[in-house]
Amino acid sequence: MVSNTAAKLTLKAENVSVYYGPTLAVREVYLDIPRNQIVALVGPSGCGKSTILRCFNRLNDLIPGARVEGQIHFDGRDICDPRVDPVELRRRVGMVFQKPNPFPKSIYENIAFGARINGYQGDMDELIERSLKGAALWDEVKDKLKESGLSLSGGQQQRLCIARAIAIEPEVILMDEPCSALDPISTHKIEELMHDLKKRYTLVIVTHNMQQASRVSDRTAFFNAKETAQGGKLGYLVEYDSTQRIFSDPKEETTRDYVSGRFG
Amino acid sequence: MDVNDSRSAVASPRQTDRFRQNLPSRYSRDRVFQASAWLATGIAVAVLVWLLLTILIDGVGTLNWTFITSYPSRKPEQAGILAALAGTLWVMVVVAAVTFPVGVGAGIYLEEFASDSWLTRLIEINISNLAGVPSIIYGLLGLAAFVRLMEPVTGGRSVLSGALTLTLLILPVVIVATREALRAVSNSIRLAGLALGATQWQVVWNHVLPIAFPGILTGVILALSRAIGETAPLIAIGALTFIPFLPEGLQSPFTVLPIQIYNWIGRPQDEFHAIAASGIIVLMAVLLLMNTLAIYLRNRFQKSL
Repeated sequence: MVSNTAAKLTLKAENVSVYYGPTLAVREVYLDIPRNQIVALVGPSGCGKSTILRCFNRLNDLIPGARVEGQIHFDGRDICDPRVDPVELRRRVGMVFQKPNPFPKSIYENIAFGARINGYQGDMDELIERSLKGAALWDEVKDKLKESGLSLSGGQQQRLCIARAIAIEPEVILMDEPCSALDPISTHKIEELMHDLKKRYTLVIVTHNMQQASRVSDRTAFFNAKETAQGGKLGYLVEYDSTQRIFSDPKEETTRDYVSGRFG
Repeated sequence: MDVNDSRSAVASPRQTDRFRQNLPSRYSRDRVFQASAWLATGIAVAVLVWLLLTILIDGVGTLNWTFITSYPSRKPEQAGILAALAGTLWVMVVVAAVTFPVGVGAGIYLEEFASDSWLTRLIEINISNLAGVPSIIYGLLGLAAFVRLMEPVTGGRSVLSGALTLTLLILPVVIVATREALRAVSNSIRLAGLALGATQWQVVWNHVLPIAFPGILTGVILALSRAIGETAPLIAIGALTFIPFLPEGLQSPFTVLPIQIYNWIGRPQDEFHAIAASGIIVLMAVLLLMNTLAIYLRNRFQKSL
């Protein structure tokens, strides 16, 4: 069983610690992320789950003073290595953000941009249609591809962002609280979409919503934070297991308290 | 504090006397501030209207086609503004052509690419300070650098020297305006682009610049409006006041509208004062035309977003 999943790993974080300047923000995280599964990162604010998520596509590079220690294996390479080109990595590890952030351009252009800059050679119209269908948005927008992405509703915008992410055919999609700015119906649509997406991609999602984590994810990592002597917060991984295990029979008392809503 | 305590606080009768709403006094303060704001606007507009009216009354009489198409003369009734108008247009075109790429480029570098080092901060402080340096100082710099040192290139007291001097003068304003416009672009757009595997330049060129462009354009136009009215630095570099010909190239001697106006106002005869007012009307018309063009361009770019 263990060796079986190990062979299908997409991402493997080993002893990852993140510093902001001299401050340690998240310490010693080990995470195995199996292919074609959804892994949910949950935990209270400031526990470092988003920080860890952003290690997977090197988005922390953009924060001055941020430093990642440890190793994250992806396709036989350690992506924390400065020699790994983040631009190349980000085509293979896509991301969807908390607040829908379509470009203030047409729906068509929103998707075409990523394909174009990454040197897509095929038929653009076909790619746009395929991506929008993949994000369950095609039927709603097929007659108005020239309209601005900002004219869509919040939930549609988020699905446009998902379409944009899958258009460049990544292997992993990171989602940072993708539904926290959406109403329940849009949230439901995106959750259904996640189930479809995992057939082709590996998903890592950060969420504050315990029901969401239990509904969509296969595995759940629970992070917690403790106060440091300097008054900051230090995040760490408490427990990582199958979602069913985390929600029904966790090893740690704090996990049980958190997932049942007793704190956080 | 136990549960009983808090319950009794809620259950107690409404203690309206704990709040003194005092609505009449709050509303009257509202009115006072509205009135003062209105007064402030009124004063600003009144001064402007007064200024325009005086100029129009003084200048409209002598403003005609001959005035616009004649060269300066010792006789006020034959004097015209053609050389100065052409000089102003020449200088402004060169200023715009140099300022736009250099100023906007520097702004993009400082805001989007430069890392936060002591050198960057030193440059930033210097640029902010340069924006406050009196224009006559730029004139002296222009005299030393462009007129004297670079004479083989600029041709001395030429259109090019004058334009480069004015460019120096407005560059800090353009750089600061560009940075402000770029800073106003939401960071989520940059993240969206980078997360798709775009390089920094691709994000800036495809997404950040188009959004910031109307703001950048406004800053450039405001800076150009300042340059068009500058007199002191051009006098300092020794732009001539009596030019009976049109500039033929970048190395031609030149004069500009404000210098011509300044020259006419300095003469004792009343007739010259009248044509100075006419000159001011022409200058304002050029300025208005420039601003109209800018607003038109800006609206077009905003619409295309």
